[in-house]
Amino acid sequence: MSLKDKLLASYIAFEDHLEDDSPIHDVRNSAIKDFETKGFPTKKEEAWKYTSLNSVLKPDYSVFPKPREETIEFKDVKKYFLHDIDTYKIVFIDGVYSSHLSQTTHDKLDVCLMSSALTKSKYKTVIDAYFNKVAKQESLTSLNTAFAKEGAYIYIPKNKEVEKPIEIINFSTGNEAAILLQPRNLIVVEENAHVQIIERHQSLSENAVLTNSVTEIFAEKRAYVDYYKIQNDKENASLIDSTFVSQQTQSNCRVHTFSFGGKLVRNNLNFYQKGERCDSTLNGITILENKQHTDHNTLVHHAAPNCESHQDYKGIYADTSTGVFNGKVYVEKEAQKIDAFQQNNNVLIDDKATVNSKPQLEIFADDVRCSHGCTIGQLDEDALFYMRSRGIGKKEARALLMYAFANTVLESVKIPELKKRINKLIANKIGVSLGFEV
Amino acid sequence: MLQIKDLHASVEGKDILKGVTLDVKAGEVHAIMGPNGSGKSTLAAVIAGKEEFEMTKGEVTFDNEDISELDPEERAHKGVFLSFQYPVEIPGVSVTNFIKTAINETRKSNGQEDMPAGEMLKLIKEKADLLEIDRKFLSRSLNEGFSGGEKKRNEIFQMAMLEPKLAILDETDSGLDIDALKVVANGVNKLKSKDNAVVVITHYQRLLDYIVPDYVHVLMNGKIVKSGSKELAYELEEKGYDWIKEELV
Repeated sequence: MSLKDKLLASYIAFEDHLEDDSPIHDVRNSAIKDFETKGFPTKKEEAWKYTSLNSVLKPDYSVFPKPREETIEFKDVKKYFLHDIDTYKIVFIDGVYSSHLSQTTHDKLDVCLMSSALTKSKYKTVIDAYFNKVAKQESLTSLNTAFAKEGAYIYIPKNKEVEKPIEIINFSTGNEAAILLQPRNLIVVEENAHVQIIERHQSLSENAVLTNSVTEIFAEKRAYVDYYKIQNDKENASLIDSTFVSQQTQSNCRVHTFSFGGKLVRNNLNFYQKGERCDSTLNGITILENKQHTDHNTLVHHAAPNCESHQDYKGIYADTSTGVFNGKVYVEKEAQKIDAFQQNNNVLIDDKATVNSKPQLEIFADDVRCSHGCTIGQLDEDALFYMRSRGIGKKEARALLMYAFANTVLESVKIPELKKRINKLIANKIGVSLGFEV
Repeated sequence: MLQIKDLHASVEGKDILKGVTLDVKAGEVHAIMGPNGSGKSTLAAVIAGKEEFEMTKGEVTFDNEDISELDPEERAHKGVFLSFQYPVEIPGVSVTNFIKTAINETRKSNGQEDMPAGEMLKLIKEKADLLEIDRKFLSRSLNEGFSGGEKKRNEIFQMAMLEPKLAILDETDSGLDIDALKVVANGVNKLKSKDNAVVVITHYQRLLDYIVPDYVHVLMNGKIVKSGSKELAYELEEKGYDWIKEELV
């Protein structure tokens, strides 16, 4: 049975188990129909031209992972947390909420679970207003919607500045040979509220994992959302991340994506600016090796005047790794005087590494500033010689250059501990320890 | 210290150096002058070990050791320093962090521990003062957005920190106003001793008023065609290079 058939069959059993009055019953039903019609995307679709899901869809995934018997201790997974500072934590193990690893709250804000939000009446208003309201009708997103049950639910009320970052971590343990995880996150940040969120998917074994994650983020007037995605998973773990950001007037949303690992990673990152003077930032550092593949598919939809968007994606590709950057900026006729900037720079370390970079601009307004730039090259030989002539070894010189290359993105990480952590990840990835912190 | 015999070098099959012979002893200052395209910068790069230049013939020895097969960093560890005509910008790496890395890499290669942080700081302060470098400058990204003069001053600052045996200054005077030139030259002079040597590559005699050479060589068409004392530099300044060409015919 193909994965698609298996999922369609599973859906019937899944729906049967749910309470009848689930407010999103109809949403699920129409979503599974959408997935049934569209199926998994193939390379024939323009948006998937450079990414094939064939090998990722092959394993016989367990669709409803069996609960694991033994627990995971914090000390065993500590390194995946931002453990040197206090944070809220929403932790899932094989898709199931882990209360002993988590630190949630209902004190003046909600940092809790999608499963509660979908079933408890006190969340009904928010769910009705926001759930699946910005997510696109795309096959994989619809698949996630149909099975939406668990994930992070974060609600920040008006004027609340959340004092510590929130970590959302999805562990998979390898309890079964292959599992499919479909976390669904909803984040609502009310007027003038501030929040910082870090999201991570981490496999703890060599078994196959496919995560089809969907996150909806709503930033109301003057809200500030700072979101970091750390993708540094094992060689047999794949991730399809679809994130949809809806921005109201004067809101500021930033999403940073650090892609350092995994077998296949596809990021569908969509920003919808709906009010005036919004600011959007989409930054990324991708460092790949071996046969890893990462595809960044971004959209910034400008629908209101006087807004800004900034995209800065850096990629470093070694061995036979492959990367894609497909960045679209869409400017509606009403979106006058916007400033949209997009940049994608890539360095190929080895002859057999590949990157496909495709900027797309669709502009229907006549008084805008839109710029984009894309480069693909090698490490600068003159710069390497310069450093080596000062006594710095070839490997270290290359590492320094890669740091320098990725620096503009690293500089914009606003959580110092996270910045240090990412620095370390980069150093490990490049295989060099520098005598200082960049 | 540095002995070059009949050095031939080419890049992408094009011969640039066609038999250079040069003998630099400890305590000496040599100036290499010559018109554009004569091979001056190539000579500097070949001595420092730039890989894109192929040495097709000849010998390069440093302290009686053949260095022609060594990597640039190995030559640096032995005490060869090249001040670049066009220093490279490295965003995100501060002047301080860069020089720390360079010094500790050199120490590591010589079997020494990293320089203690306090000692490093003291040394940085001392050398920055010598070159009249502002403290704020040291935390800026290496060469990024530096003016021409700042870049050159930073090169000499690195030289001062690394204390090389042989310093090759490639067009260090270009882009410097007279005040900056004096500061840079003063820095170089303070670092001079009987144990080290300096090779100054320049178009103009101007720098040689401040860094006074023991020998002046004229490089033309890949060869040293004339050598003399510092008076030769004045003659070149006054008459240009044509008269040497005529002499050669």
